[in-house]
Amino acid sequence: MSGEPLLAVRDLAVVIGGRHILHGVDLDVAPSGVTALLGRNGAGKTTTVRAVLGLVPRTGSVRLAGEETVRLPTHLLVRRGIGYAPEDRGVFAGLTVAENLRLAERPGAGEPAYDLVHELFPELKARARQPAGTLSGGQQQMVAIGRTLLNGNRLIIADEPTKGLAPRVVTEVARVLERAARAVPVLLVEQNLALVRRLAGHCAVLADGRTVHRGPAADLLADPDATRRLLGVGRRTAVTEEHPMAPPGPDPSSAAQAGKAGA
Amino acid sequence: MATVVLLAATGLGLGALYFLVAAGLSLIFGLMDVLNFAHGALLSIGAYATWWAASGHLPGAGSGGAGFVLAVCFGTAVGTLAAVVLELALIRPLYGRPREQVLATVGVGLAVPALLSAIWGPDARPFPGPAALSGTFGLLGARIPVNRLVLLGAAAVVLLALRLFLGRTRHGLVVRAGVEDRAMVTALGIDVRRAFTLVFAIGGAAAALGGALGGLYYGSVDPGQGTSLLIFAFVVVVMGGMGSVAGAALAAVGVGLVQQFANYYTTSGLGDLAVVVLLAALLLLRPRGITGRLA
Ligand SMILES: Nc1ncnc2c1ncn2[C@@H]1O[C@H](COP(=O)(O)OP(=O)(O)OP(=O)(O)O)[C@@H](O)[C@H]1O
Ligand SMILES: [Mg+2]
Repeated sequence: MSGEPLLAVRDLAVVIGGRHILHGVDLDVAPSGVTALLGRNGAGKTTTVRAVLGLVPRTGSVRLAGEETVRLPTHLLVRRGIGYAPEDRGVFAGLTVAENLRLAERPGAGEPAYDLVHELFPELKARARQPAGTLSGGQQQMVAIGRTLLNGNRLIIADEPTKGLAPRVVTEVARVLERAARAVPVLLVEQNLALVRRLAGHCAVLADGRTVHRGPAADLLADPDATRRLLGVGRRTAVTEEHPMAPPGPDPSSAAQAGKAGA
Repeated sequence: MATVVLLAATGLGLGALYFLVAAGLSLIFGLMDVLNFAHGALLSIGAYATWWAASGHLPGAGSGGAGFVLAVCFGTAVGTLAAVVLELALIRPLYGRPREQVLATVGVGLAVPALLSAIWGPDARPFPGPAALSGTFGLLGARIPVNRLVLLGAAAVVLLALRLFLGRTRHGLVVRAGVEDRAMVTALGIDVRRAFTLVFAIGGAAAALGGALGGLYYGSVDPGQGTSLLIFAFVVVVMGGMGSVAGAALAAVGVGLVQQFANYYTTSGLGDLAVVVLLAALLLLRPRGITGRLA
């Protein structure tokens, strides 16, 4: 990773109802591009993200641009420039699309970038007055991501933004994330490894509530044994699956390697 | 016919009173998951503060004309202030501990009437009001007390103001969103606790106004008024759907009317029972309340 991490998480621990859900999560989010947070179902990815934001009680250290934030309440941390698209999308069903976006505005923190959001998701403009609860899953995800792009955030956190979406919508979401990541670092929780390969520079892997691997995403995905051991996916699904959106990876050599490994 | 009209007017007036209490109760529960058992106390505080001011203790205030309007404003303001203090001093420190919160509000709900009766006695005190509001007017052969109309008008204004606030302002937007998902509101960078205080203030204001105008309706104030109204307000909140102001308005009218008619045409007291039966029936048929939606 080049330069100081934008977000540095150390020894993050979460106990809920007497159960240790996280114990010793370390994570660096690179100052540019996409950092992927990986792990099997139930590994603790969502809890990690929620703990970083202070949505669950946690201990440890969370530094944003060098400043400790673990004692900050969520809203103050977020106002330092974090956009969050949660796993369940966090869309307010009874509010219209326009109201959902308006809620994400930060009064006194510059003009909200509606031009950008509407350019990326023209549908959100057309459906401004529709109750968000009546949107399709893909459209709701657009609202969730749109909200993170509305403010000049310095970090975007997206928790499985492609979960449960049709391939065409996955491609669209991936395109938007890719574009967003050119301007703002992104922490991406993702199970779709083709997408990870395409977008992510670095990655961290969680298992049973702790970090078990950190390094370049391409290296991990090029190593079928490590992929299977850490992510619990077989060789085939990990690297050879003809994913509908499989474009050439950001690094051609790793894509070629991945192809070879699966052959 | 005249009887029916009078009963309907009285039922609507009572419904208006229920609504003024239930509106805040419903928003507070919808947003914060707090069952505010002290809400009746806020009504009593509003009633006694208005009575105190209208009895000539507050310079400029009195029992007639502009003086009475000032007394009502004073009573409403005192109730609002009490609600804000209650939220900041008791509810907020206990946030995330719902059982303690409920106990605290129950405590305040018991302490305030006790305090009022310690200071001004346990008996009902005659409530001074303008002569214009103590009269009646003719409608379809019935003589309707003017104060019913005042209550209805006040409830309508409060309903309209609440709808405008919720629908047109950013604070209202935050409240509506918070009713759905508090955590997500904070995750968007919004201090949802400020919305809590605001909703308590609004709810306290409405209840205190209800107390002030309830004095006109009953013709007196007594320490237990708020508590007995609170029970029916809870029924209204549950019927209307937690967090729904429009639902609370509909349910309040329904409860007020059913109670009046049942009390008159059957044995007195059966109307109160009928309300509970209505609640049970509604909960079985429409578990989420009349409107089935929030805010
Ligand atoms: N509030 C909670 N109470 C009890 N257990 C919880 C709570 N939140 C999470 N857990 C548990 O913590 C573990 C990690 O959950 P988490 O949602 O963080 O996993 P994840 O990596 O995001 O999984 P997925 O890929 O399925 O989204 C799971 O075993 C889950 O059941
Ligand atoms: Mg998850």
